[in-house]
Amino acid sequence: MNPGAATPGTRRLWVGFLIATLVVAGGLSYLASSSPDGLDAATLRGCETIRSDGAEQLAGQCIAQTAHDHALAGSPLADYTLGGVAGSVGAAGVIGAVVTLAVAGLFFWTLARSRSNRANRKT
Amino acid sequence: MSDGIVNAPTSVFFGVVAASGLALCARRARDELDERTVPLAGLVAAFIFAVQMVNFPILPGVSGHLLGGALAAILVGPYTGALCIAIVLIVQSLLFADGGVSALGTNITNMALIGVTAGYVTAVSVAAALRRTHNGPTVRILGVAGFVAGIVGTVCAATGFVVEFAIGGAAPVSLGSVATYMLFTHALIGIGEGIITALTVMTVARVRPDLVYLLRNHRAPAQVTA
Repeated sequence: MNPGAATPGTRRLWVGFLIATLVVAGGLSYLASSSPDGLDAATLRGCETIRSDGAEQLAGQCIAQTAHDHALAGSPLADYTLGGVAGSVGAAGVIGAVVTLAVAGLFFWTLARSRSNRANRKT
Repeated sequence: MSDGIVNAPTSVFFGVVAASGLALCARRARDELDERTVPLAGLVAAFIFAVQMVNFPILPGVSGHLLGGALAAILVGPYTGALCIAIVLIVQSLLFADGGVSALGTNITNMALIGVTAGYVTAVSVAAALRRTHNGPTVRILGVAGFVAGIVGTVCAATGFVVEFAIGGAAPVSLGSVATYMLFTHALIGIGEGIITALTVMTVARVRPDLVYLLRNHRAPAQVTA
């Protein structure tokens, strides 16, 4: 048996992972809680969010007051939406998952290839 | 975390820490990667990106989400796993404006370096201890190791934030209350992290146990002695 070959079991695992990823990013993401996560909640402790004229302000004393707006806050996929369109989180999630797969796959493939090149030079 | 929560010198310092750590990981990850594990490592990164989007409630008005350090380390190895988490954090920051750009150093240090190291060391230790004392099936041992590693990895990553805030926190708030709140909420988030980690690694181990890094690592010395 060639240990390097992609056996049917291996391909099944890859396809399973891909389907699970797309289902979670494109579907399950709609069920995500919109409450602040543990870190954001910690940075907001001590402050109250006050809405006036459509803008939000923090009153009190908390960590989030020193936080800056994201430098890329106006980018098309900011906050996991397509151009800010409500209900587009699933599409944004699928794009993000595909980009992550492409970036990680290419990076790891390059790393693995640099090892085999190194090994070939030694022999 | 966002930009501005820690001051500029602290951001720069942890930027250097993160870059050095990732450079080491890139060198060592070559030994973890082959033609079967490269696609798996890419898929693990994409899967973690997806699951990180799904916040689950932990307290009224507070949620948590997967960090993925223990999950990645168990499946593809600690060095490749840390690179997976770093890639997820970079995509989130640069493409989705989630997590500051100058905060990439602290975020990578906490979730990719600390979270993966703590999760991996815990998973290896728990799995080794259970193998000595129990004769149970490998998949179940892996599940317990993944669950505990998820909790420990999450709490250690949160501790990283507390340390960074102690060093260079910009806001005049009590460090003690930040530490208590961060550790308490992340112990709860860690339970969710542990459940997701256990379910995922057990599923992979049932289909292809030979592709789970933690199990490959365990079997290699046994084959030598046999």
